[in-house]
Amino acid sequence: MDIPIEHLLRELAPQVLGPVVRRFHDFAAAEDAVQEALVAAALQWPREGVPENPRGWLIQVASRRMMDYLRSEESRRRREAEVAIQGSILAPTQDLGNETDQDDTLTLVFMCCHPSLTPSSAIALTLRAVGGLTTAEIASAFLVPEATMAQRISRAKHTIKASGVPVQMPTSHERAERLRAVLHVLYLIFNEGYTSSSGPHLQRLELSQEAIRLARSVHTLLPDDAEVAGLLALMLLTDVRRMARTGQDGELIPLTKQDRTLWDRAEISEGIALLTSALAKGSIGAYQLQAAIAAVHDEAMQAEDTDWTQILALYDLLKRMSDNPMVILNHAIAAAMVHGPSKGLELLRALDSDARMAGHHRLDAVRAHLLEMAGDYQGAINSYRIAASRTTSIPERNYLITQAARLSENTTSPDPTIPA
Amino acid sequence: MKYILMMTGTKAGVDTYRAWSKSDVEAHFAFLKTLNKDLTDSGELVANEGLAGPDQAKVVRAGKDGVPVTDGVFPEAKEFLLGYWIVDVESPERAYDIAARLSGGPGPGGTRLSMPIEVRQIMNRRTDDLS
Repeated sequence: MDIPIEHLLRELAPQVLGPVVRRFHDFAAAEDAVQEALVAAALQWPREGVPENPRGWLIQVASRRMMDYLRSEESRRRREAEVAIQGSILAPTQDLGNETDQDDTLTLVFMCCHPSLTPSSAIALTLRAVGGLTTAEIASAFLVPEATMAQRISRAKHTIKASGVPVQMPTSHERAERLRAVLHVLYLIFNEGYTSSSGPHLQRLELSQEAIRLARSVHTLLPDDAEVAGLLALMLLTDVRRMARTGQDGELIPLTKQDRTLWDRAEISEGIALLTSALAKGSIGAYQLQAAIAAVHDEAMQAEDTDWTQILALYDLLKRMSDNPMVILNHAIAAAMVHGPSKGLELLRALDSDARMAGHHRLDAVRAHLLEMAGDYQGAINSYRIAASRTTSIPERNYLITQAARLSENTTSPDPTIPA
Repeated sequence: MKYILMMTGTKAGVDTYRAWSKSDVEAHFAFLKTLNKDLTDSGELVANEGLAGPDQAKVVRAGKDGVPVTDGVFPEAKEFLLGYWIVDVESPERAYDIAARLSGGPGPGGTRLSMPIEVRQIMNRRTDDLS
């Protein structure tokens, strides 16, 4: 598809869906109608040119689809539909572009990231309804058949309908919790894109870019929310390293080995500016702290220049805020960098009895690194191999096996009892 | 997370299956059809294939100069992959639930087959680490 038109359509998707939902009061059907309008535009506009009022065009086409849908409903529904159709014919298109647009988009985001949805359903629905992506694009991003993804989206809409939550802004007392769910969904979309290595999947949709775009629009809608800004900053300050984190064949390059000249300096500046103003608001949250940690890494021109003392202090704060075992794990790494590997290994022992980490490869991978730092190569080889056997990620397994092999070659008498 | 559910059986088992009554066979096919429809409707089915019978199975190795050497006479007791389902689910427990349903398909007279279903997670190209 024509790239500028594609971007325009994605931008317009929630701005079109909002008014159509508001007018017809049927989120599920309106969402389908808007998708059809977007598809029609993607076919027509490159040939016939972009209409003068692209948004009005889309609203009109989607509304027409909605009317067709309502007309095809059974007679009981038809009487109700007539009212809606009359109302919409009378309403001039200009009326639809008004000051409630922003609220419309935000309402949609809250709807699509509804806590009653499973993460994968919320992700799919958000990408389609707010992100304006087609089902086929979302399916290919998650490597599932289009029919499977279509079904997932339709079930998500059904769940929302069944939950009986009205299509409106959450009340002020449930707002904080709902916003947390929204930020989590955006974080997961970013993660999915960022952590998928390139190579064989180069043609995959750039989910991380899509997550950044969505986070930007939520930030525009809620400019005073420090955690929204914190999440956007975290995404930018992580995305900075996108070009450096994988090699030509999609192999993983750890932070310490990355070519830092490939890091995106402009993005670092933008992320840091955003984070600085978020921190100044005084309500520090977990996303801001993670963004701050990413910023400290980004500011080091060489791995040796990393200000680990500051990173450790940030993880201390983060640990107080969350009992996530991954935070404890990263805190142990920072402690090892500041106070030496034995301190880090001691902190890791607290995780051995944590059921949430049992059998998780990251614990063994970190232990392997720290044992290697401590000069216990045999222990490190062992831990690298255990981690390799536990990970479900191909690039990570390859990386871990390579580390074990590298150490084995450098160790004069490798332990023959360790299974290959 | 994606899992592959592998249905395995012996040549003898497959031969028995081929000798089922018409109504038993139809009941089993109907069961599989419903299962696949349910997995499609739930947005979880990624792929499903059945494999041709073990009578046609060959094991191939590279011989001298890489020429294929095939081996095709297998003992009755050898386990063969008969078919597989790839599902994309929210949790390992959900994969086990689907596997149990698959395993409990109807056999002769409607009794549960309780066939062994091997459940394996499929590796991905992701890394958990935001480095």
